[in-house]
Amino acid sequence: MSHAAHKDYAGAKLGMWLFLFTELLLFGGLFLLYAVYFKRYPHEFAAGGKQLDWAMGTANTAILLTSSLCAAIAVTAVQRCELRRAVWLIGGTIFCAAGFMVIKYVEWSTKIGHGIYPGSAHLKEGPLGESIFFSLYFMTTGIHGLHVLIGGALLAIIALKVRSGEVTGENYVLLENGALYWHLVDLIWIFIFPLYYLIL
Amino acid sequence: MTDNKQPAGSSFWNDTGKTGITSWIFSTDHKRIGLLYFYSTFGFFLVGVLLGLLLRIELMAPGRTIMGAQTYNALFTVHGVVMIFLFIIPGFQGSFGNLVMPIQIGARDVSFPRLNLFSWWLYMGGAAIILTSLFTGGGPPDTGWTFYVPFSARTGTNVSLAVLGVFVVGFSSILTGLNFVTTIHRLRAEGMTWGRLPLFVWSLYATAWVQILATPILAITLVLVMAERLLGTGLFDPSKGGDPLMYQHLFWIYSHPAVYIMILPAMGVISDVIPVFSRKPIFGYKFIAFSSLAIAAFGSLVWGHHMFVSGMSDTAILVFSFLTFIVAIPSAIKVFNWVSTLYKGSISLEAPMLFALSFILLFSIGGLSGLILGAAATDVHVHDTHFVVGHFHYVIFGGSGFAFFAAMHYWLPKFYGRRYAEKPALIAWALMFTGFNIMYFTMQVLGMKGMPRRYYDYLPEFANLNLLATVGSWILAAGMVIMLVNLFRGLWWGVPFEGNPWGGATLEWSIPTPPPTENFVEEPTVTHGPYDFKGTGKP
Amino acid sequence: MNEQHHIVSYRILVGIWLALLALTALTVGITRLELGGYKVLAALTIACVKAWLVISIFMHMKYEGRLLRWLLFLTLVTLAIFIGLTFFDVLYR
Repeated sequence: MSHAAHKDYAGAKLGMWLFLFTELLLFGGLFLLYAVYFKRYPHEFAAGGKQLDWAMGTANTAILLTSSLCAAIAVTAVQRCELRRAVWLIGGTIFCAAGFMVIKYVEWSTKIGHGIYPGSAHLKEGPLGESIFFSLYFMTTGIHGLHVLIGGALLAIIALKVRSGEVTGENYVLLENGALYWHLVDLIWIFIFPLYYLIL
Repeated sequence: MTDNKQPAGSSFWNDTGKTGITSWIFSTDHKRIGLLYFYSTFGFFLVGVLLGLLLRIELMAPGRTIMGAQTYNALFTVHGVVMIFLFIIPGFQGSFGNLVMPIQIGARDVSFPRLNLFSWWLYMGGAAIILTSLFTGGGPPDTGWTFYVPFSARTGTNVSLAVLGVFVVGFSSILTGLNFVTTIHRLRAEGMTWGRLPLFVWSLYATAWVQILATPILAITLVLVMAERLLGTGLFDPSKGGDPLMYQHLFWIYSHPAVYIMILPAMGVISDVIPVFSRKPIFGYKFIAFSSLAIAAFGSLVWGHHMFVSGMSDTAILVFSFLTFIVAIPSAIKVFNWVSTLYKGSISLEAPMLFALSFILLFSIGGLSGLILGAAATDVHVHDTHFVVGHFHYVIFGGSGFAFFAAMHYWLPKFYGRRYAEKPALIAWALMFTGFNIMYFTMQVLGMKGMPRRYYDYLPEFANLNLLATVGSWILAAGMVIMLVNLFRGLWWGVPFEGNPWGGATLEWSIPTPPPTENFVEEPTVTHGPYDFKGTGKP
Repeated sequence: MNEQHHIVSYRILVGIWLALLALTALTVGITRLELGGYKVLAALTIACVKAWLVISIFMHMKYEGRLLRWLLFLTLVTLAIFIGLTFFDVLYR
């Protein structure tokens, strides 16, 4: 009854941003642990980081940046009432998300194939810091990957709503909030990428 | 839940024509959700009280009294988890925040009514998971409510499921927090400036920020504990290179600010009740409002004072000990302002006021004993003793709990349209206040003498004082029974409660009793402050 | 309820995207060099610049009111404090 009474556009966006803040702090906890253990095990972290494939990491970075571009253009398109184009662009974002997950899958399965996964016998034999590095790597990229999946599903639902005319040039806060969520996923990756793939 | 016992006339109980159970559990009306929260959180409170009484009976005499060590460990864990995560954290925001806050700011509902309902369902889901964890797997968790590693990573009891339940409840808490911040920013009525917000709303605002910024850290910590147990990640396991102290850091980064989730709304209730029953505007409105924000801010910087004897670095002990003393300043500002409000006021000692006054005393005792714990040197002596148990019960039960009772006596009649009898309420208060002090002051003395917490047994020299504390718990419980019988009999069958008998000046007292579904017939325009008692019908 | 919504042009969005890709290439290049501790600093600085571009243009923060910007600032400060205070323990243990 009451949600028809008025549309509080700024309120909806404020709510979404507050939610994004909680996501920032959620990953913040993981970055905190990264900082602490990096300080304690610099050499083991370097050894672990060299085993990650920086080319795949770079490819995934480019893919996520492109997906973010699609989401941002989709918002502009809806604002200009170009709804068909917006649906295609959201499709592009989801396509990129799928590509990201495929590369992630290849990375993870290669690592697991080499006996590198949390609690594995291989890591137990190696130096302590390396097992910590890979546990953090799997937890961080795993939770990030989960966010990619959730974001992709969210955008798919929103694309359907654009097609059915629920999201329009006058009423697009749902798409804008979905895009905000997607940018956050990108934002987190912007930090994961150098921390795990580059600086070590 | 509802029936024809409500007063005739149209209100949110019946004006939509829907009164069945589904019209409640799927309602997006903030008042119905508030009552859902009230009954569910208060139900868990009673469970927690029962467990607490059992713990006290076990400690009545040295040696095994009614249970063994493992049962005792499980009971104090469940007592803590239920009281903290299922009662006092969701309790204030969920019940009185939902019931009163939108009306106090002149809004028809919160910003996201459906999200509000979803929060309640998440809360119930998390509670169901926690309850399931007690009866499945390896039995109820025995780690204490803090789930400290490495024990929580290794114990065979059902910690994973309990932790998952707490995670879900935490998510519900986050959603309530962001809903309230958005509501207070966006839905204030015309003329409801920040300087005219009732202090209860200010306290909810500060609390909501703590919920938003601190709870995610708990979420990730609990996920990591689950990963530790299920996957063997070893992030907190020294044998795999992890650091158990990092768990304590992450846990207290949330759980110390969480203490302020528990106490800030309570302070807000007190700030609303005291001026009404003193017939005087609040003293130092701005200071009380900003001290809420200051407590939320400084409270986020002091988590390390839970770790003074954990092996943390001496530098950190120094820093956290110093910062801890800073939190005392805004808390003291509030106490002084409440007392100044009382000065030369026309005080009427009705039930809500008695609970509010006892809050000031009990919170002060709890707060001052907190300084003993906050100073690193004295903490070493009393750490992990019953002194700590006494301290936090003074703050959380004597503070938040008594404020919760004050809120029940102050606001529930407004939403039921009937009231309790005054005399039994006073008797109940007297019994509870007496029993409370006998029980918890004795605990503090026991702690000073060196009785550790979390053991089902103790040295014979502590026997007399423990017996005294247990007797105190019975007096407290007796008072609570009288209070509940009187309150709920009154709310359902008591004399009608109409108008504005106490002369409150906040907006909830300007609308019909009980309020209609959308609160205001037309959007109100606010022209006076929340404690401006001119024209409220009482001299 | 007649709020003005700023519409970001396609041209700006694509320009930002190109800048982000260029920064990604730059950060990969820099960290391939042997710079020791400086490469951590360089990579994180570049990451912060990228994050700032995403937040201000893609997420429209540049066109929002002051409130959201302050709240974002508050959040980041909180996170920094959580990490910073923890290091009083980690650094001096």
